[in-house]
Parts: sequence; structure tokens; C-alpha cells
Amino acid sequence: MTAPLIVFFVLAALAVIGAISLILQKHPIHSALSLIVVMVALAGLYLLMGAEFVAAVQIIVYGGAIMVLFVFVIMLLNAGVEEHTSISKIAGAPGLLLVVALAAFVAATLAKSGASVQAATQTGALSSTKGISEMVFKDFVYPFELTSFLILVAILGATVLAQREKG
Amino acid sequence: MRALLSANVGLVITIIKIALLLFIVLTVNAYLTWFERKVVAHIQSRWGPHRVGPHGLLQPLADGVKFLFKEDPTPAGADKFVYFLAPLLALALALTSIAIIPFGPDPLPWKVLGHEIYLGIAPLNLNTGILALFAITALGVYGVALAGWSSNSKYPLLGGLRSSAQMVSYELALTMSVVGVLLMAGSFNLRDIINAQARHPQWGILGWNVWPQILGFFCFFTAAVAETNRVPFDLPEAESELVAGFHTEYASFKFAMFFIAEYTSMITVSCLCAIMFFGGWLSPFPASWTLTHYLPSVILIPFGLWVIMDGVRYETVFGRLVLPGVGSVIAALGLAFIVLPSVNEFIQGPFWLLSKILTFLFVYVWMRGTLPRFRYDQLMAFGWKLLLPISIVNVILTSFVILAKMQWGAK
Repeated sequence: MTAPLIVFFVLAALAVIGAISLILQKHPIHSALSLIVVMVALAGLYLLMGAEFVAAVQIIVYGGAIMVLFVFVIMLLNAGVEEHTSISKIAGAPGLLLVVALAAFVAATLAKSGASVQAATQTGALSSTKGISEMVFKDFVYPFELTSFLILVAILGATVLAQREKG
Repeated sequence: MRALLSANVGLVITIIKIALLLFIVLTVNAYLTWFERKVVAHIQSRWGPHRVGPHGLLQPLADGVKFLFKEDPTPAGADKFVYFLAPLLALALALTSIAIIPFGPDPLPWKVLGHEIYLGIAPLNLNTGILALFAITALGVYGVALAGWSSNSKYPLLGGLRSSAQMVSYELALTMSVVGVLLMAGSFNLRDIINAQARHPQWGILGWNVWPQILGFFCFFTAAVAETNRVPFDLPEAESELVAGFHTEYASFKFAMFFIAEYTSMITVSCLCAIMFFGGWLSPFPASWTLTHYLPSVILIPFGLWVIMDGVRYETVFGRLVLPGVGSVIAALGLAFIVLPSVNEFIQGPFWLLSKILTFLFVYVWMRGTLPRFRYDQLMAFGWKLLLPISIVNVILTSFVILAKMQWGAK
């Protein structure tokens, strides 16, 4: 067993445990913390594949910015332990069905592709900062700008809604 | 065992380096508190700590012992796990960020087991350098926010909320203000950023990023002070409003961990300011002035002699014993830098970097002794309406200048 493989298994286990704990935790803050563990473990996996830039951005954007907002909102609303209503208990059954279906789908796909599934080392265009920026700002500049515009519209919308409530 | 060791020499060296750096950073942290108390005291016409040890030099040790032996109560109704996790997270992340900083340009003058040893833990070709650092600091918010939440008390909760809002707001300006520097260097790697400032070797101090990026530096330093929750941005722990903010319910060593985390991030920010805007380990003098290579000795030897002089006349016996000893070590170091040419050559980079870091640490303390605290709405308005627009304007200006140079080939 080589060192990268050991690191891979540790990170993968962390991600899976974090994801399971995210669902099982009773308190929203604990769930949010589990999600952060998943995000950071994923960033570690990206790093293992040689995608330094993606790993850093994964932590900055998902681990940092987005999850901080989650935690912030939970703290601000002072949300307590989640309450189980009768509907949320019933919702478990179709959820379980979906889990089985998804697992079967993934397993089938893996079985079909057989031995060809292996960790890909990202080299060249995708891994380096330069390659990514060339892709985003040259090849896909219009979709990129369009997405930025979409986010701007969403921000403006949120501001308008917040203002209306006040006035 | 021996075969395993020889196969992983690189790993072993890195672990030793980490242990050494941890020791150094923690010691510097301890004496930073002494330095801060002394400087603030003198700003306010007081003496500062002077009872424990000569010139109060053992005060950090006494504080450390006190932190270790104090009672460590957990507030009733606190979320135990998160309450323990928060200070750990704050300290671990603050210490990790130091690992990214390169402390010198050249490897040690002698090889260890056939390996060249560079100062600093991160590999030389860490191409995400500054991004990796921002990734670590982005997680730093959790330490403060979770501490505030898990204490199950109203003042910590308010402090934690304030602080997460403040850190999220200023992180934007912090990241944007660096973009100008990155554009000029064309790399995220901290070593490349320093080397890019040496493109005119004869310019010395005039070649540093701080001149073309003066706007960026202003934004970066302000935002960084806000990120580290220091005066005048220490609203998360505004004692007149929030008792002690997020760490109100923390005592003993858990409180010390927040304390160490804060001082460590001060050091990191000082390192970053020095590296990105003030030429890192570059000398402020033109490269042809080789006489300035003796400057470390010129500073160290008189300082050492002064400490000896002061120590001989010190009022306590302990001081009369210790101070001359410390002074002669300092003077001997200064002498060694003259006598050994290879050491002299090697010491130049770290010397300048350390002097710049110390200068910034002094500025931090100076600000604490001088500036009053912001009001909360002023703080938010300052971050969003002043710093962020200025840093965006700085990015646009820098891009246009670089584009113009590329277009017309002006050097």
C-alpha cells in the first residue's frame, strides 16, 4: 500500500463518515459541521489528484464562504434540535427507496465499466491555475459572464425583497 | 528501521522542521505578549511588566503557568463537543497558516543527509501559495463563531455573530486587494511574488510592490487587521458592550489557545505584508551595495553590548547573571555573521524578512496603543463601501497598466 493510497482511504472514509453524520445528527450546527468535514475531505481528494487550485477553491468557496453562511444563519435563528413531525417520519420510507435506487445505479455503472475505473491524475489543462483561467476567460467566457450576471440578478432580487419588508 | 529512515529522510526532516517552527512560533507568541504590554505601557507612560524576571522577561512564562493551572469550568448547557472543538480549531488553523510562509531564499549553507534544507515548511513549488493560505484563513471563522455559539450564553453568541459577519465582510476586500500583486507577479507562489519584486536589482526599496500597489497595501493591511480581530476592529470582544465577546465563557488553557491563535495570525499577517508588498527577504538597498551585508552584525553587536552593560548594573542578582549572558550570546551571533562568510551570505534574506515582520508587529501594537474602536455600523460601512470598491479599482488600474505595457512594450 503506497502512501497516497493510504491518504486516499483516510480522506474517503472521512468524507463518507461526515456525510452519514450529516444526516444522523440531531442538531443543525452538528450537521453543518459534518458537511464542512465532507467539503474539506473532498478538497484533500482533489489535492491528491494534483488539482491544487480546485482544492484551494473548494475550501475557500464551499468550506469557507458558503458553510460560514449556513452556520451564521443557524446561529442567528438560534435553531434548536430538529423536531420530528409525523410527515417527516413517513418521508423516511421513500427516502430509503431512493437511496437503494441510487446505490444500485452507481453499482451498475461501476460494474459495466469494470476494470477501466481508476483514479485519474489530472495534469495539464485542468490542474494548473493557468489552464483553468484560460478555459474560463477564453473558451467559455460568455457562459462564465452569463453565470455572473445570473448571480448578480439573484443578489439584486434578494436586496429588493429585503428592502420591501422593511418599508 | 534504518532502511525506513533513509527512505523517508525528506519526511523526517519536514517533521523536525515543523516541530522547530512550532517551538519558535509559540516562543515568539509568548514574547509578543511581553512586547505588546511593554510598548503599550510606554505609549501610556507606564512601565509595563517588570517584576517577574529582569525587565519582566519571565512574565510570559508566569502567564503560561497560570493558564495551565487555572480552573477550567464548562458553562452549564454548553454544547460540550463544539465547546472543546472551537479553541482547538482556532489554534490549529492559525498555526497551519504559518507553514505556507517561506522564510529565506537559499537553502542552509550545509547539507543534512544529502538534503538541501530551505527555511519554511511548504515545498518550493507550492503553486497555490497564497490561495492555500486564504483557504486556511477562510476556515478560521469557525473557531470564533462556534466558540460564541457553543458557550450557551448571550454575550459570546453576540460576539460570535458579530465576528463571523465582520470576517466574512473583510475577507472579500482582503482577497481582492491581493489580486494586483498577483497580476504583477503572474503567480500565486509566494517565492515567485518576492522574486518578481527583484526585477530591478539596482532599485532596492523602490522596486517593491508597495509603490505601484499602495492602494492594494492599504486595503490589505486594513482588512487583515480586521480579519485578526485586532484594535481598531476588535468588536467581537468589545469589553464595554460584550464583556469579552466570543471567549467570555472560556478560561484556563482554552482561553490561552484563542490568545495564541490571535497572536499567531498577527505574525502570519505581518509575514504576508512583508512578502507581498515589502519585498520579502529582499534588501532595501541596491544589490551592488555589498557593505550592507554587515548590517545584521552592526545592529546585533552594539545591542548585545548594551544588554551586557545594562545587565551588569541590574538591581537583582538574577538579572545581573542572566542579562549579561543573553547579551554575550547576541554579540557572539553578530560576530559570527562577520567571521563566517557563508553564514553571512545565508543570513541576509532571513534578516531582512524578520526585520520587516518585526516592524509590522510593532505597527500592530502601535495601532492598539493609539486608535479607538470602530462602532459596528462604521465597521460594516468601512468594509463594504470603502475597502471593497478601492480594492476593485486597484485591480482594474493594475490590469490596465499591465495591458498597456504589453500593448506598447514600454518597460
